[in-house]
Amino acid sequence: MIAAPAPRAPPTTTAADATTPVKLAVRALDAGFGATPVVRQLTLDVPERRVLAIIGPSGCGKSTLVRCLNRMHELVPGATVGGSVLLDDHDIYARDVDPVLLRRRIGMVFQKPNPFPTMSIRENVLAGLRLTGALRGGRKQPAIDGIVEQALTRAALWDEVKDRLAAAGGSLSGGQQQRLCIARALAVEPEVLLMDEPCSALDPIATARIEDLIHVLRERYTIVLVTHNMQQAARASDLTAFLLHGELIECAPTERLFTQPSDRRTEDYITGKFG
Amino acid sequence: MPRHTDREYESELRALNDRLLKMAGRVEEMVAQAARALAERDAELARTTILLDETVNTDEVEIDEACQSILARRQPLAGDLRFIACALKMVTDLERIGDIAVNLCERAIELAREAALSPIAGLGQMAALVQEMLKDVMDAFNARAADRARAVVRRDDLVDELYHGVLRELLARMSQDASALQRGIHTLAVAKFLERLGDHATNLAEEVVFLVEGKDIRHAGKRGGPPA
Repeated sequence: MIAAPAPRAPPTTTAADATTPVKLAVRALDAGFGATPVVRQLTLDVPERRVLAIIGPSGCGKSTLVRCLNRMHELVPGATVGGSVLLDDHDIYARDVDPVLLRRRIGMVFQKPNPFPTMSIRENVLAGLRLTGALRGGRKQPAIDGIVEQALTRAALWDEVKDRLAAAGGSLSGGQQQRLCIARALAVEPEVLLMDEPCSALDPIATARIEDLIHVLRERYTIVLVTHNMQQAARASDLTAFLLHGELIECAPTERLFTQPSDRRTEDYITGKFG
Repeated sequence: MPRHTDREYESELRALNDRLLKMAGRVEEMVAQAARALAERDAELARTTILLDETVNTDEVEIDEACQSILARRQPLAGDLRFIACALKMVTDLERIGDIAVNLCERAIELAREAALSPIAGLGQMAALVQEMLKDVMDAFNARAADRARAVVRRDDLVDELYHGVLRELLARMSQDASALQRGIHTLAVAKFLERLGDHATNLAEEVVFLVEGKDIRHAGKRGGPPA
């Protein structure tokens, strides 16, 4: 499958997942900042309704890769992108694609919970919808209430906040804030959810809640989870991709990658023999 | 081979490896002494060998504890995870080998009380073969050499073959000579214990293949999987 030094075919998601439709297909992706390449010729399939974890040392290109998946990378001045990313076989970098609308289909949750602190819990959930203009048509109040409840329920936060939807987002605990951000991402009904280190600022219990939530969310959404925590990748994902120096070294079913990696570099990284 | 960045973790894994090798060395010694006690009808040697089992039992408990500690504190992955899984299984096989050496010694003590049976063809060869298998499998473990471990697995067929030969010969003798019954039964037990040693050496070899390659070759063929 992988191993061997260059020149070689770039590794891709294994054939073991060939039966699952591919939701996101990354093809020969190059990304960087100015003249500095960060992601190189990366090819990877993300199967539909699976959790793909991306692991690798700091600076390996994990975050840049996920930020290319919903065109957030290009928002940084000097950012460069080449190659393609296909969502349901359509290139998200095609000219006719509106990045704002694209980000409704591919939502994102960040490392640090970032709710609007003074905005109410309810308005936080609706913020994404308002920004994309989705509520402009004058939807009726009960329908909007339904969206709020559904998003908070799917983010496993409803029971904790249903009696204080008017309270400020900033009044919640860190773990609750992160779930509020997940609810905000889910309210726009995305198909793919990108999670960039969603638990790195959370305690183990809040982390377990998010991981439990990921297990439930994968029934509806395709999830890409960037994590520094290998145990988290092992617990929460179906597939794991290992990146090093912007290249995909190996992508395999998580259980196999963590018990029997094919590439020496993966083995060295996950057993802590690096650097 | 690159070392773990965390040197304390590296030394914990090395210490565990060394303890397994030491434990294996002890049980190999026990089996060698048991075989000698049987061959030379040396009850005293058998008695001193039995005393060694206590250390082996302590090894088992301590290695188990070390594995649990590493699992809890280090959450090993990949090759390290396979090593711990392997160590937990190996320690059980090694401890059982120690027990079987004790069983052999007990029979040696019984047999030394009685007149010697004329030599049984194949029995000495069985004893030598299982000792070689034990030695080779631990060498394979130490060298992380799956091919050498597989060679040990293959040799178990010969042990079984020899066992059946010994069984037939003993049954024939006992049916012809009632006075050989008591000694024959002890000797039958000896053959069975040696055959079991071959099985444990085979288990160890399968564990080494798993450790090195991540492949489970147990019951190969019976589960419809590819042959080992």
